[in-house]
Amino acid sequence: MLDLLVFLPVLVAVALLAVPGLSDQVSRIVLVAVTGVELAVSLGLWLAYEPRPGVTGDIAYERELQWIPTVDSGYHVGVDGLSLPMLLLTTGLFFCCALYAWREQLRPRIFAALLLFLETACLGVFASLDLILFFVFFDLSIVGMYFVIAGWGHGQAARSALKFFLYTFFGSLAMLVGFLALFAGSAPHTFDMVALAQNPPLQGRPVAGGFALLALGIGLAIKTPTVPFHTWLPPAHTDAPAVGSAVLAGVLLKMGTYGFVRIAMPMLPDAWRTWAVVAVVVGAVGVLYGALVALAQTDLKRMIAYTSVAHMGYVLLAVGAAGMLGGSDAEARTVAVSGAVTQMVSHGLVTGALFLLAGVLQDRAASYDLDAYGGLATTAPRFAGLFGLAAFASLALPGLSGFVAEFQVLAGSLGSAPVGVVVALLGLLVTAALFLVAMNRLLLGPPGRLTGKVRDLRPSELAAVVPLLSLSLFIGVLPRPLLDVIEPSARAVVDLVSR
Amino acid sequence: MNEDPLALLPELIVLFGAVTVLLFGSFLPRHRQWIARLVTAGVLLGSTVAAAVALAGPDRLIFDDTFAVDGLTATARLVGALSGLLVLGLMSEELHGDRRESEHYVLLLFTVLGAQVLAAGNDLSLLAIGYLLASVPLYALAGAARNSSGTEAALKTYLLGAFLGIAMLLGIVVLSGLVGGTSYALLADLPPSSGSAVAVGVVALLAGLAFKGGFVPGHFWVPDAAEGARTGAAALLTTVPKVGGLLATYRVLDAIPVEVVNWPLLVAVLAAVTMTLGNLAAFGQESVRRLLGWSSVSQAGYLLMAVAVAGRNELALPALALYLAAYSVTNLGAFAIPAALPAAVRLEHYKGLAHGRPWLALSLVVLLLGLVGTPPTAVFVGKFTVFAAALDGGFGWLVVVAAVNTVASLFYYLRWIAPAFERTGAAQAAPPAVRPIAAVSALAAAVASVVLGLAAGTVLALQPQLLG
Repeated sequence: MLDLLVFLPVLVAVALLAVPGLSDQVSRIVLVAVTGVELAVSLGLWLAYEPRPGVTGDIAYERELQWIPTVDSGYHVGVDGLSLPMLLLTTGLFFCCALYAWREQLRPRIFAALLLFLETACLGVFASLDLILFFVFFDLSIVGMYFVIAGWGHGQAARSALKFFLYTFFGSLAMLVGFLALFAGSAPHTFDMVALAQNPPLQGRPVAGGFALLALGIGLAIKTPTVPFHTWLPPAHTDAPAVGSAVLAGVLLKMGTYGFVRIAMPMLPDAWRTWAVVAVVVGAVGVLYGALVALAQTDLKRMIAYTSVAHMGYVLLAVGAAGMLGGSDAEARTVAVSGAVTQMVSHGLVTGALFLLAGVLQDRAASYDLDAYGGLATTAPRFAGLFGLAAFASLALPGLSGFVAEFQVLAGSLGSAPVGVVVALLGLLVTAALFLVAMNRLLLGPPGRLTGKVRDLRPSELAAVVPLLSLSLFIGVLPRPLLDVIEPSARAVVDLVSR
Repeated sequence: MNEDPLALLPELIVLFGAVTVLLFGSFLPRHRQWIARLVTAGVLLGSTVAAAVALAGPDRLIFDDTFAVDGLTATARLVGALSGLLVLGLMSEELHGDRRESEHYVLLLFTVLGAQVLAAGNDLSLLAIGYLLASVPLYALAGAARNSSGTEAALKTYLLGAFLGIAMLLGIVVLSGLVGGTSYALLADLPPSSGSAVAVGVVALLAGLAFKGGFVPGHFWVPDAAEGARTGAAALLTTVPKVGGLLATYRVLDAIPVEVVNWPLLVAVLAAVTMTLGNLAAFGQESVRRLLGWSSVSQAGYLLMAVAVAGRNELALPALALYLAAYSVTNLGAFAIPAALPAAVRLEHYKGLAHGRPWLALSLVVLLLGLVGTPPTAVFVGKFTVFAAALDGGFGWLVVVAAVNTVASLFYYLRWIAPAFERTGAAQAAPPAVRPIAAVSALAAAVASVVLGLAAGTVLALQPQLLG
């Protein structure tokens, strides 16, 4: 089933391109139908899944086929508590994006094919249990996103797309160098993630391990992105189409943070413990810096982009704290890692929704300028209500998913990285302030220059945004079903790091 | 003693085919030149089949150990002949009705033969013969377009080839003088005491091989020939000589003991310089063929990485062979696109290609991203196995340089891809005229580069017993 989940979209994408004379309407229906099937399949996998530690084995829905046996790299896929939430997030977000794209007028057939191709790439990254396979899907996701931005973006789309491609491609190659170092350091040489986690390479070789982690860390940090590697993100988001932004923020950024939990921590435990403090510093600084820069933005999309930098900072803080053994017990570190994974899910849902809502403004009035709007609460109440809910979820109001995630991150990291937690708390305050300011500018007050143009949400847009925020609310109120899946694997990662 | 002409069947087929096409091509009327084309295709297919059959045989040395029949030779035979077939596909329309059509096919066959002999030579004197055999058709093809840039390319290629060829002969003289013979087996006994003389010999030898392989310092002719020659000839010149040159470099360096002269470091430095120079020079190019010429220089740099770790780990040779095959199909495919669009010579001419010719544009994306090394294309697998071999052989810094270069190369390939997908105002304009066979060749190469990438495991797994 997992193979079907990963490859169905790309097969349909090829069919969409190959069948001549397909009408635009048919391709829209196909897009929604296939992403819907994907969501259903992944839900089925979720329901049939029994929580297990995973990471070094005991993987659900595992399949292993040979690809390049000379270097012991193969098609090895499987699911555990780290990847299952990511898979479900991916299928859910793509389904919502497909609904949102219902009104896409520009070459909808090719857009549908491209989105489906991108869905395969994203699912493949999270399902991979082989470093080279991971890299293949990782790179393909970059290629797909480049064409989404370049072909359907606005403003300086070509330029932003190029910057995105070059920057993240550099990251992926740095990561590849790290993978090769893991390969060269392992005995017997292998690219298999399970084998590498069970028998970590470069143990007791601090210099080589440090360089391997440096290469991996740069690669993943660019993708995440963390300060100071985040400069590609704001232009990419600003000029991308709404769906592209939602997928970029919701899924593609998670590949970076997922890589830390899935690859860097279990496979380089020695080096991770040595350099964990760097992750803590980068994370804490990222939270505060991202929030402060976001506060200064007048462009809605740039603002959301910078809050993404802040939110990813929490993940870095948590995974760093999980590598600092002094001052905390395994239980606290498990809470931190579990918070990091929850944050990935929560950020995907909430920021995806925020970007789709921002896309509505672009669609109606072709501007993201916060000052051009005002009083939307009266003219577009549905938009205002959902935007408010998303903003509160993003600033971690209790009862919404952001709170569950960030509370775990901060509580789990307090013991080992108290200073980092304090800095992050400051960032949390700034985030709250910036969303309140944004809501004030957009939704309240007298009507702005462009307020008159903003028609309220259409049914397809409503159908795309409401499920994302409902899920955020669900996780906020009833986090247990999600945490039950994540926690065993988070504990496994913590055990592996403290080896 | 061990004289077995049948073991040379793949080469002999090409040789006799070339002579036949030369003799009969001269008497064929211009509208019947398709016969020469057909014969050439048949010859190349025959050589491929013979080479494939020979795969089953054991590795051995024949004709007084001057000629090796092993995995290296098999790689040159198969990649050379199949590349020749692909080139035939993309040059036939360009040459159709040309009074020198059959001569081009003869030169094509001799180029393939030269690469095959060069790679198979297990003796310094045979290396020299292979060099000459592979060079002469090069000069003729570079200038066959008979325009000013073609003349310049031919002159440059000839002067550089002659000069570096003499350097190579000097190197051969020095090395054979030191060991008292020309067989590669004797090179193992190079006296450590005369390290400096060996170093001079190796450097001079490498000069000639650099000309064939298109790496620094023998790379100057590549971009000129890529731009000055006809498109089909340019595709050939940037691909097949490289196959022969790099395999020959691998074979001869592998025979020289590292203790006598530290050639791995020299090759690693050359690799780093070659890839960096090729990429930097490709940045500003506006002519697509010149861009591809410089890109092929940078590719030679990545290929050299495998040569730098020759004999040091089991991965080096399979990685080199796979990368050569992958590079050949991808590079030829990339040349097939300008061959299919004779009017588009500069990057700006590709504006809006995706709307008029979607399949050609899709091939362009696959092939150019393939040249970058984007998975799952064949060059990706070639590249990462080469990287793995280099890292395993202790050249971590070279891998970092290569990774940075790969990112840099993405920039100029995107300069070509991006205009093709631009939304033009004048989308109503008729799509550009294409040559169908060349366009199909481009598409076939794109598909082949992906298939070879996905099937790379099988190819690599075949090689340990092949290259033992």
